[in-house]
Amino acid sequence: MLLSRVAADLFWLARYAERAENTARILDVATRLSALPSTYGGQTNEWESAVLATGSGDVFMERYGEPTRRNVIEWLAFSPENPSSIRSCFDVGRRSARAVRTALTRDMWEAINGAWLEMRRFSIESMSPRQLAEFLAFVIEASLRFDGSAYRTMLRTDAHAFFRLGTFIERADATARILDVKYHVLLPEGDAVGGGLDYFQWSSILRGASALTAYQWVFREALRPWRVAELLILRPELPRSIASCTDNTSRFLDQLAGDYGRHGPSQRMARAMHARLANTTVDAIYHEGLHEFLTRAIAENNALGGAIEAQYLR
Amino acid sequence: MSKFFDEMGGVDGEVRAGYSQIRSWLDQSTPEQLRARSREAEILFRRIGITFAVYGDSAGEERIIPFDIVPRILSSTEWQTLSKGLEQRVRALNMFLGDIYGPGEILKAGLIPEGLIYRNTYFRPEMVGVKVPHGIYVPVCGIDIVRVDADTFYVLEDNLRTPSGVSYMLENREISMRLFPELFNEHRVRPVEQYPNELLSTLQSLAPASAPRDPTVVILTPGPLNSAYYEHSFLADRLGVELVEGRDMFVDQNRVYMRTTEGPRQVDVIYRRVDDDYLDPLAFRPDSVLGVPGLIAAYRSGNVAVANAMGTGVADDKAVYTYVPEIVRFYLGEEPILKNVPTYRCREPDSLKYVLENLSELVVKMVSGSGGYGMLVGPRATAAELEDFRNKLAAEPDEFIAQPTLALSTCPTFVGEGIAPRHVDLRPFVLSGSNGIRTVPGGLTRVALKEGSLVVNSSQGGGTKDTWVLDQ
Repeated sequence: MLLSRVAADLFWLARYAERAENTARILDVATRLSALPSTYGGQTNEWESAVLATGSGDVFMERYGEPTRRNVIEWLAFSPENPSSIRSCFDVGRRSARAVRTALTRDMWEAINGAWLEMRRFSIESMSPRQLAEFLAFVIEASLRFDGSAYRTMLRTDAHAFFRLGTFIERADATARILDVKYHVLLPEGDAVGGGLDYFQWSSILRGASALTAYQWVFREALRPWRVAELLILRPELPRSIASCTDNTSRFLDQLAGDYGRHGPSQRMARAMHARLANTTVDAIYHEGLHEFLTRAIAENNALGGAIEAQYLR
Repeated sequence: MSKFFDEMGGVDGEVRAGYSQIRSWLDQSTPEQLRARSREAEILFRRIGITFAVYGDSAGEERIIPFDIVPRILSSTEWQTLSKGLEQRVRALNMFLGDIYGPGEILKAGLIPEGLIYRNTYFRPEMVGVKVPHGIYVPVCGIDIVRVDADTFYVLEDNLRTPSGVSYMLENREISMRLFPELFNEHRVRPVEQYPNELLSTLQSLAPASAPRDPTVVILTPGPLNSAYYEHSFLADRLGVELVEGRDMFVDQNRVYMRTTEGPRQVDVIYRRVDDDYLDPLAFRPDSVLGVPGLIAAYRSGNVAVANAMGTGVADDKAVYTYVPEIVRFYLGEEPILKNVPTYRCREPDSLKYVLENLSELVVKMVSGSGGYGMLVGPRATAAELEDFRNKLAAEPDEFIAQPTLALSTCPTFVGEGIAPRHVDLRPFVLSGSNGIRTVPGGLTRVALKEGSLVVNSSQGGGTKDTWVLDQ
């Protein structure tokens, strides 16, 4: 049993912590790709892709017009006007954490509070490439520390389940968006296997989901675009794949249903989504259209988040 | 030697019992070593997030209360007298509250002017005739005590509404044990860590008879913006109970429920850290969004216990304070163990005359003020401030009391350049349940960090110390 308000704060706290890390990875990828000699990079503007991958393209263009390095870093990392900027994530996350301190362990609180305090050291005014790298490493480390402290210290009660539901709903969303923003380079008409210009695009997608090494371990072969899609969408071994996230979401919802003795719409939706992913193949996805598939996955995942809120968090 | 009694050096500088190891520790440490420990302590406090908000200061939204690394020590005999006196005082105050919201015997006996009670801002007519669970109005109170010499402790103030500071008592101990394990090895310090457990059983003992054997206790907070929010969340965590805000609860058929992920759940005991005025918009301030509509009706129906009861402020008012010795004698037939500070009631013409004539030597306090606001410290006041208070006193004498400037004891304190004496007070906490009255050995020692200052309030630059009661 948990106060609905506390459950909601835990859910969003986890989402914001996860979002900060995803945004940091997206910025890391943009930095790498934009540093490549133009002959390797293709025609895309990597900074623009970064903004698109976070789903805030329209607002950004309205405010800045130009997706330059500085503008994008400011928007994604520091802007208080972007509710999903890394700074906003830490602010909102800490505020939620403060409101539900009793539901957090001391280690979790210290992790988020420490990150929030340290965040003050950084600003857009001092973002040389070296400082940006240091900053991104700090964000990813803070997120890992927070996640790890939750894993190691939190009681496995309903509070933990709501916390993890936030993590996995957010993570599935991020993976789908990272893929969708680059879906065109994963389409089969691009020039064939290995070594081509697209290699760097494919590897950047994997990096965005911290799955580059994982790819080698799972497939033991050179990068192929449909394999990239398969890994990030369907492979249960990869903790950031959409299938893996949905599996976890469904399991935590089942745990809640078991604890509370009652199933509801969110359990049914999660199970249906999970079953669909388990029963499909990468061929079927390409047949449907990769972009269409991802758009649908993002919408369904959103709807599931809404169903969880309606069922438990109000 | 200074004219103040020092907790370590007495009046003659000779080290008092209990302080000898502390003295040699301080003698052997360089200012750099002490500074390093002090900084370490501050980092720990900040990391844990023990902060408080200062009202009216938006820039410094969150601060930490400075923690001084030198402990304040009480001997077991000193504590024995203090704790007996505290229990006596709280027992009498509970009976007093039951009386003034009931038969009013003490008023009929003519010991206290009726107007002082019935026209008091904190008097709650809604509480008249209400059957309070087990007759206990103040399950939790914090009593401010100062010391002026080796044998004399005065009660400065009774805090019977929503006293705070107990989290600092507990965290200060945690942190000093982390920083100075060797000192704890050399002393037998009586523990305080059982406080949350004692608080929980006190609260549970107040549950209505209709409640289940394992009653649902909650802590009601105004929310994260409140200056004491850290303490609310800390206590909820240590007690293992829900920390609720008004919007988390609702009243149906005179029963109180909280909204949970499993649907509504009935609440039996509310330890509230929200002021009377904000508890229930139907009963008190209609514009309050912090409270729970219908809470008071549920309370009056006996379906929920609220700690502390509403209307206890009438007994910790500074004007009523002056009558506490009479209150103790009237209800218990005993001499008060703890003394009051000699106090002039400005409502009485003779006293007012004396106060006006001796203003520059007195401390003048507003009857309803707290937190060190609205107070005049005569010896440190400017001519303009004195004149201002002279006018206030003449206009509304009922609103003020005056006390001699007390020679508060000092305690060695680390102040950057080294160790220096600073004035301290003590706030021990007293719990009253249907299962008895109890204290934990210790309390919160507050220290005025500015040289010569007598104001220990955290909102005015005060700090805190770990408070040790030695076992023998």
